Amino acid sequence: MAEVNLVINGEQVRAQEGMSILEAAREADIFIPTLCHHAEIDAYGACRLCVVELRQGDRSRVVASCLYPVAEGLVVETESEKIKNYRRTILNLLLQRWDNIPRALLDRYGAAPNPRYVENMTFCILCGLCVRYCRDVKGANVLGFIGRGTIRQVVVFPDQAMKYCPTCGNGEMECLHYCPTGVITSDYQGTGPANGQPLPHAYPVCIRDETNILEILERVGHLEY
Amino acid sequence: MARLASVADLEKLRQEIVAARDPGKTKIAICSGTGCRAYASEEVIAAFRAELDQRSLADKVEIVTTGCHGFCEQGPVLVIYPEEICYLKVKPEDVAEIIDQTLVGGQVIERLLYVGPDGEQKVKESEIPFYHHQQRLVFGSNRFIDPCNIDDYLALDGYRALAKCLTEMTPEEVLAEVDRANLRGRGGGGFPAGRKWAATRNAPGDIKYVIVNADEGDPGAYMDRSLLEGNPHSVLEGLVIGAYAIGAHLGYIYVRQEYPLAVDNLGRALEQMREYGLLGKDILGSGFDFEIEVHRGAGAFVSGESSALMSSIEGKVGEPRPKYIRTSISGVHGRPSNLNNVETWANVPLIINKGADWFTAIGTEGSKGTKIFSLVGKVNNTGLVEVPMGVSLRDIIFKIGGGIRGGKKFKAVQTGGPSGGVIPEEMLDLPVDFDALTQAGSMMGSGGMIVMDEDTCMVDVAKYFLEFLAEESCGKCVPCREGITQMLHLLRLICNGEGQPGDLELLEEIATMTKDCSLCALGQSAPNPVLSSLKYFRREYELHIEEKCCPAHVCKALVTYHIDPNKCRGCGACRRNCPVGAISGEKKQPHVIDLDKCTKCDTCFMVCPPKFSAVTKLSGSEQLPAAAPAGEQEQ
Repeated sequence: MAEVNLVINGEQVRAQEGMSILEAAREADIFIPTLCHHAEIDAYGACRLCVVELRQGDRSRVVASCLYPVAEGLVVETESEKIKNYRRTILNLLLQRWDNIPRALLDRYGAAPNPRYVENMTFCILCGLCVRYCRDVKGANVLGFIGRGTIRQVVVFPDQAMKYCPTCGNGEMECLHYCPTGVITSDYQGTGPANGQPLPHAYPVCIRDETNILEILERVGHLEY
Repeated sequence: MARLASVADLEKLRQEIVAARDPGKTKIAICSGTGCRAYASEEVIAAFRAELDQRSLADKVEIVTTGCHGFCEQGPVLVIYPEEICYLKVKPEDVAEIIDQTLVGGQVIERLLYVGPDGEQKVKESEIPFYHHQQRLVFGSNRFIDPCNIDDYLALDGYRALAKCLTEMTPEEVLAEVDRANLRGRGGGGFPAGRKWAATRNAPGDIKYVIVNADEGDPGAYMDRSLLEGNPHSVLEGLVIGAYAIGAHLGYIYVRQEYPLAVDNLGRALEQMREYGLLGKDILGSGFDFEIEVHRGAGAFVSGESSALMSSIEGKVGEPRPKYIRTSISGVHGRPSNLNNVETWANVPLIINKGADWFTAIGTEGSKGTKIFSLVGKVNNTGLVEVPMGVSLRDIIFKIGGGIRGGKKFKAVQTGGPSGGVIPEEMLDLPVDFDALTQAGSMMGSGGMIVMDEDTCMVDVAKYFLEFLAEESCGKCVPCREGITQMLHLLRLICNGEGQPGDLELLEEIATMTKDCSLCALGQSAPNPVLSSLKYFRREYELHIEEKCCPAHVCKALVTYHIDPNKCRGCGACRRNCPVGAISGEKKQPHVIDLDKCTKCDTCFMVCPPKFSAVTKLSGSEQLPAAAPAGEQEQ
């Protein structure tokens, strides 16, 4: 594989051709936040938290770093004012679905719940990691999306679940470890979130009781703050 | 039908078709497009056939069931040739009279003619202002062609451009001609077709695809539908030419299942092409092979986005994928794929037949040729119009569209559908041009043009488009899904009188992020209705928030209904029609609305006789014009 040189935040970075900007940045220990990315699963580009600015002279372009391939001479800014503002807005929006976003991430971009927004606390941010892991890595298709637009949600297809879940991860279900919010549980009783309220969400994708989000994130290994 | 083995065969067939036709023979072109069908044009056609048979005139008069003529407002539309007499709003019961008076008697029936706002009648189609100011290069053939009969298309030089390409031009020359014509994509983005073709042609790989995007889905837009229904061969010929230039041997037509007539006519057109050897192996003996498959879409708006459309063709969910690698490099099944809109393809045969120089002489510096718009909304003449690029919006709306309905005042025009924006009166002289419209915060889009009058609330319009997008977004990426959710929520609050200071800034914050960060063009353009209306009608938003006033009296929560006691004559129409019994009053005495009971259904406003116009809608701090006498106040 050929090597390419690019500049990230003023720093010379060498990367392998075919890598994404995100991969190149992470190899160079440059932080870019993500919520829908996992090294083992194909990039998806849904959370858009990884957006960066590509500079070309006076012009700039916002791209998703998890998908944009590196190229010789790229000039990338990962934490420009514009990008920080966008990330704050994205996090503010996501807080309406998942109010337990890691503090460090919220603080870094000054994000906070906005009382003018309508709440839709499903604890699922539709990152698709579980769906993609189940479908693309395990080939099991137990999980899937239904609905379009603002009513999109993750559901379990029971027939598939009965076939695959009992043996997946020795009965532990591997997808659990990929969920950044900890909303998926192996407890099919459908217990609600920590505050005891029933979820308006499709059974049986629901929040794990007393989940230590940070612990999961650490285990998943793709969110380090 | 015999398979045509060469271009000479095609020309021979064409001569035979033309020779068998008598140009002096009376021909009645009756629109059988979806619009006129809704007005029962098929019954008119049946009545003509029956009546002509009965009078043994069937050999003397030819009935051509054509596609859409464009003047849908006035359907069913028919034109009698060679005199070019145009009759509008024709009913089956008019048929006998048309035959007696016009066909036999040579008399024009005045009551079926077009009557302008000045009361002047027009006999010929081309004299009607709606048509007169158009330049119907692409759409014009619709009125001469029976879309179910390939011979009609051949008689009008159909497939001559293809023959020319296959025998006289190399694929490179075809590509160069289209590139030189600067044909830009009619589906919305305006990307130069020549460059797209070249990218696909030059992309590595032996298997390449060409695709027709007929997933038209903007509310109120039906240009592509009418073109496919009315003249499918023009699109198909363009597609075959494109395939030849690009080096593709398989083409897809992605058409909405909700367009049954287009699907039918396409299917028939493809069959006829195959029979003539214009499709399949060794087309016209040139050695070029090409096949076309029709893929019917299930009606998701987002499937009109190129990468989503290609996913759908592959049998997957129609969700956009990132396009940092263009679909011209990696499209359907990861192979180079060239997607163009219906209208773009239909322009190709024209460019080949008449040359790039002819094409570039029409239009503006950056936008060449013509564009078809679907002119709808509060305009007098609604329908499909084709104009050269560079014509002003004012000319389209006032000269062709005949101005605003009911003598109301123009307020704004929405171009580009849900992805476009609103353009205010002070910008009406803006030319129809890809770049000028984008600069104004709207876009050409596929050609939807919704005219709005003074009774339209711009906040309500923005809300309408976001409601559409909230359903039609695929929901994959956060900016589009969550951004639209919250923008729509804020707009609903504002329309509901619950807007707060800071809401507009918040709307702009979300909109700007959504525009820059969304995954596909749907999300990137979704904030346009909000941003453009905020740009040109910010005061209207502010009035909603600060004074709880909807100046257009649309937002129900901000409007109250009153009866002006100085105007009310006590006719009782409102009292009798009020569904909730909120209106009281003695006969011949001013009536009063009980605002606690009133559900703001607008009935009283509509039934109050125009000569009184006593029912008034008030919003914010608005007051009845004259102080009401004591005791008559509703509150």
